[in-house]
Amino acid sequence: MSEQNVVIIDTGCANLSSVRFAIERLGYSVTVSKDPAVLQAADKLFLPGVGTAKEAMNNFVERDLVEQVRNLKQPVLGICLGMQLMAEYSQEGELATLGVVSGSVDKMQVGNLRLPHMGWNQITPVDGHPLFKDIPAGSYFYFVHSYALAVNDDTIASCEYGQPFTAAVGKDNFYGVQFHPERSGKAGAQLIKNFLEL
Amino acid sequence: MLARRIIPCLDVKDGKVVKGVKFRNHEIVGDIVPLAKRYAEEGADELVFYDITASSDARVVDKSWVSRVAEVIDIPFCVAGGIKTEDDAKRVLEFGADKVSINSPALADPSLINRLADKFGVQCIVVGIDSYYCDETKTYQVKQFTGDESRTVTTRWNTFDWVKEVQSRGAGEIVLNVMNQDGVRCGYDLEQLSRVREICQVPLIASGGAGEMVHFADVFNKADVDGALAASVFHKAIINIGELKAYLIAQGVDIRL
Repeated sequence: MSEQNVVIIDTGCANLSSVRFAIERLGYSVTVSKDPAVLQAADKLFLPGVGTAKEAMNNFVERDLVEQVRNLKQPVLGICLGMQLMAEYSQEGELATLGVVSGSVDKMQVGNLRLPHMGWNQITPVDGHPLFKDIPAGSYFYFVHSYALAVNDDTIASCEYGQPFTAAVGKDNFYGVQFHPERSGKAGAQLIKNFLEL
Repeated sequence: MLARRIIPCLDVKDGKVVKGVKFRNHEIVGDIVPLAKRYAEEGADELVFYDITASSDARVVDKSWVSRVAEVIDIPFCVAGGIKTEDDAKRVLEFGADKVSINSPALADPSLINRLADKFGVQCIVVGIDSYYCDETKTYQVKQFTGDESRTVTTRWNTFDWVKEVQSRGAGEIVLNVMNQDGVRCGYDLEQLSRVREICQVPLIASGGAGEMVHFADVFNKADVDGALAASVFHKAIINIGELKAYLIAQGVDIRL
């Protein structure tokens, strides 16, 4: 399967290389691009993101990526802010986002706990989802975020920090993870491998 | 549960990992990439790299090694040293760092914290604070340019006021390095950390003083910090990270294995 055409969507965010390195460590080669033809020809796409929702959506609009990403039919994996942008609305940016999965991304209500939710936390996948093959419930992944998607019908893994929230989401060909699989040790590498083998 | 983090710190000078005692007399302890890889494999939750020469020499941290580290390790890491502008931070993040940490430049221009947080999000903006307890005046002072002893200055900031100030400007995490304890391995300053914890609503990382495993248990259980950073005990193999984590779990600390 390492002959697949793997593309990281160039969203203009700063941290594309850590995702690229993580894919390369699994033996895949990868292209970073925002060219519509390259995106169309991909077998698998990654939608990374770091920064603020507003800045990221501005980059999407500037690069004419909104409709392109919505229309993709191949598996797409959104990471962190990339996943949040897949939902319908961002409270952080007070703007509509891609809307390829359900729900609104809101500020986490964590009581006395610290924000951002930063560090390694345990997730609970729904039974038998292929994205979590060989990843047991209770595995730790690395999170860094202050906004989250509530658990809904598209949730495929949940996590808890002051409140339950969506750790991973999946609808049709769109998948998203709130954590950073590229920085989550062996469990993260397994998840990226699972995605590439979907 | 969110796990408490064990964070080896690698002080980098001229492309090598170094360690001094109380910020002085730096000795080379090894190459960056193999050490980073070893710590990741032993179970470190995160790594911090401080280019301790950068701010005081008016240089930007040498970038090539950031990319080499990002290629081989699969845990998060933070880069500090000489990040003075949005462009400096962007470059380090582009090379694959997950977070940037600013210290002296934030003291020189506190608005840098706001600008970085606006551009990159608070989650990747760490503020490092070098705090010194002055026995004469009984005050906690923030020091600047600590990478070079001859240029280190005492700022006008009291540690607690600076902790509040950086949070209001968008710091996503604070690393509090207690200079009195640095490299002497007699325990974290639990009193100071507990006082900072009370006013710190973002993740707080303790730094300075780790010498034995019990020091880690104490700083988590008594000062309620989110992470504990240490250097010499790991570089000199006084404490093995795997053994430390097993010990902490036995002490009731939430730890990732």
